[in-house]
Order: sequence, then structure tokens, then C-alpha cells
Amino acid sequence: MFMMTDLNQIHFDILKEIGNIGAGHAATALSQLLSEKIEMTVPNVSILPFGDVSEIFGSAEDEAVAIYMRVFGDSPGKIVFLFSVPEAKTLVDMIARRPIGTTEEFQDYEQSGLKEIGNIMTGAYLHALTRLTGLQQISSVPFFCYDMVGAIINTALIDLGMIGDYALLIETQFSLTNRQINGHFFLIPDPGSLEIILGALGVGSA
Amino acid sequence: MTEWIRVGMAELKVGKAPAKIITLGLGSCIGVCAYNTTLKVGGIAHIMLPDSSLGIGTINQAKFADTAIPLLIEQLESQGAIKEQIIVRIVGGAEMFSASGQNVHLGVGERNIIAVEEICRRLNLVLSAKSTGGHAGKSVTLDLNTGVIEIKSMSSTFIL
Repeated sequence: MFMMTDLNQIHFDILKEIGNIGAGHAATALSQLLSEKIEMTVPNVSILPFGDVSEIFGSAEDEAVAIYMRVFGDSPGKIVFLFSVPEAKTLVDMIARRPIGTTEEFQDYEQSGLKEIGNIMTGAYLHALTRLTGLQQISSVPFFCYDMVGAIINTALIDLGMIGDYALLIETQFSLTNRQINGHFFLIPDPGSLEIILGALGVGSA
Repeated sequence: MTEWIRVGMAELKVGKAPAKIITLGLGSCIGVCAYNTTLKVGGIAHIMLPDSSLGIGTINQAKFADTAIPLLIEQLESQGAIKEQIIVRIVGGAEMFSASGQNVHLGVGERNIIAVEEICRRLNLVLSAKSTGGHAGKSVTLDLNTGVIEIKSMSSTFIL
């Protein structure tokens, strides 16, 4: 099997481009949904030892809100959106078109709003990825999680433990130009999916 | 100054009093805490998966329940601990991503709990307490001076 340690610079660039195109479409979808300008960063493709993963967002014990989806199809994986708690609350208020600051807790309604954002953005991301690679992909229903960021990230990466000691994260940050909202969007390919994705783009063998 | 020993995901570390061992953000992973009261030595293994047969290639023993627990006991024994005096407590195995009773992650938390308990039985280890399952992430601190385990979740802090 293709190991993460086999990845070279070309592979990294291609994974970055995948993140770029996918997240670009996802950000456009969010922009249209909220009628707001959105900026995004150049994606970051990182390979980290598991022991370091939970610290990538500051303290592992910081609270965060995540929307998590499984990806099924030709190249299965996971997609995780991560927001800080105040940012997630602002996002709910925006999508519900109510005054910023209204959301106090994540009740069913608020969770549902955030899940829908996750759904729409993931749809756009996967659609772009399918057009690029020809790989058919479909996402699960979204799952909401409000907990310590370390616990969220560790659990999302658990399957990768089967093939090695490193996590591959394709991360894009996006921010709403006029608000203090920064979202993190992660694509986490399942064991085995990495070589399928790279293979579909003609760079399968290391 | 208390020495803090940090255990990351898929890592295993042991130490002795007055150090404290801590592992942060356990979700579906399990923190296996082993402690010997008389010698005040102990360790934590932060395991990810139930069985090393799931692994491909070189195996990091600290990652799987079936390899990490024997290794943890072995390392404590090399510090002079006697197996019969080692108490084991386990924390974690939550289902982080679930909705309407439907577990999305094939219940990896649950599978980890079952595996850890089974391995403790097989090794005749004293499994004295546990805080497993549920849906909350947890951090664990083992104070090697007292043997007390403090668990912190987003909503509460308590002693195991």
C-alpha cells in the first residue's frame, strides 16, 4: 500500500490543488448562502505524527464545534469542519438571519443550521473533486459535535492508525471578510484512498 | 516543580512519583492507566484501535490495545512493579460523532472498550475502575504520588 512517507513534492502540490479547488467551490457555496464575501487561504497539506495532532489548534482541551461527514464512494474518507465556539454561534445567527449574539446554546435548531452549512459546503467540495478526478463520491448525513478539539480530531483520525503513525490533513481556512469567522475545512482520506485519488490524476506511483 | 509527562495519541509513557502523567482529548481512543501504589510508579497508554491485526506494516505497539497493554505492564515491571499489585483504570471510548442513536464511526469507541476489558481479563489484571462510553471527550491526569486519577470533560471535572 501507498504509505504517506512515499509522498514527494509533486504529490503534495497535487493534494494542495485538490484542497484549493474543492474548498474554493465550498467557499463559493457558503458565500452565496450567507450573501457575504469570503476569503480563503492556500491549502495546507500536512503530515503529522499522531502524538502531535491534537495540539495543532492550540490546546487540545479548547472547546470547538465540528461538523463531521463520512465520504463514501470510490475514494472514501472524512470531512471535518471546525469552528471556535463564538464563531459557530455567529454563523448560526447569520444563517438564521437573526441578530448576531442571539445564539446562546447549541440546541436542535442551531445544530441543524450548522449541519446544513456543512452539508452544502461538502456537496460543493465533493462535486468539484468528482469533476476533477472522475471519482464518484457521496457524503453521509452531517454529524454535529461540540467538545474538546483534541477529542474531535483524534477520533476523526482513528482509522488512519491502521496504516501508519502519521495523519494526512488537507486543510483550507476560510474567513468571512466582514466578520471574525475563520473555519477550518479538513479532507481526511481513508487508508487506501490516497493512492486512488493520486492515481485518478495520473500520479499514483511514488 | 511537578514534572508533567504528556502522552500523545498512540503513545505510551511511564514514570514515578512525584510526576504526573497526562493525556489530553480522549475521544474514541482509550487511556489505559496502570499504577502500582507501593512503588508509586505508573503509566498511561493512549490507544487508538482494538487489535494490532488491523495494522499494516510496522506496528507501533502503543497504538493497539492488544500490544499496548502488555507493553505498559512490562515497562512497569522493569521499574520493579509486581503485576499482581498493578491496578488498571480505563477512560475514553466515547462515540463522538453520533446522531439520533446512529453511530457513524462503526462504534470504534465501543470496540476499543470491549478489547481493553478482554485483554485485562486475559492478562489477569485488576481493572478497578472505568469511565468509558458516552459522547464526551475527556482528559486524564494520573498523579503518581497519590494514584488519584482526575478526569476533565467539557462539563465537569471528577476523580475516578
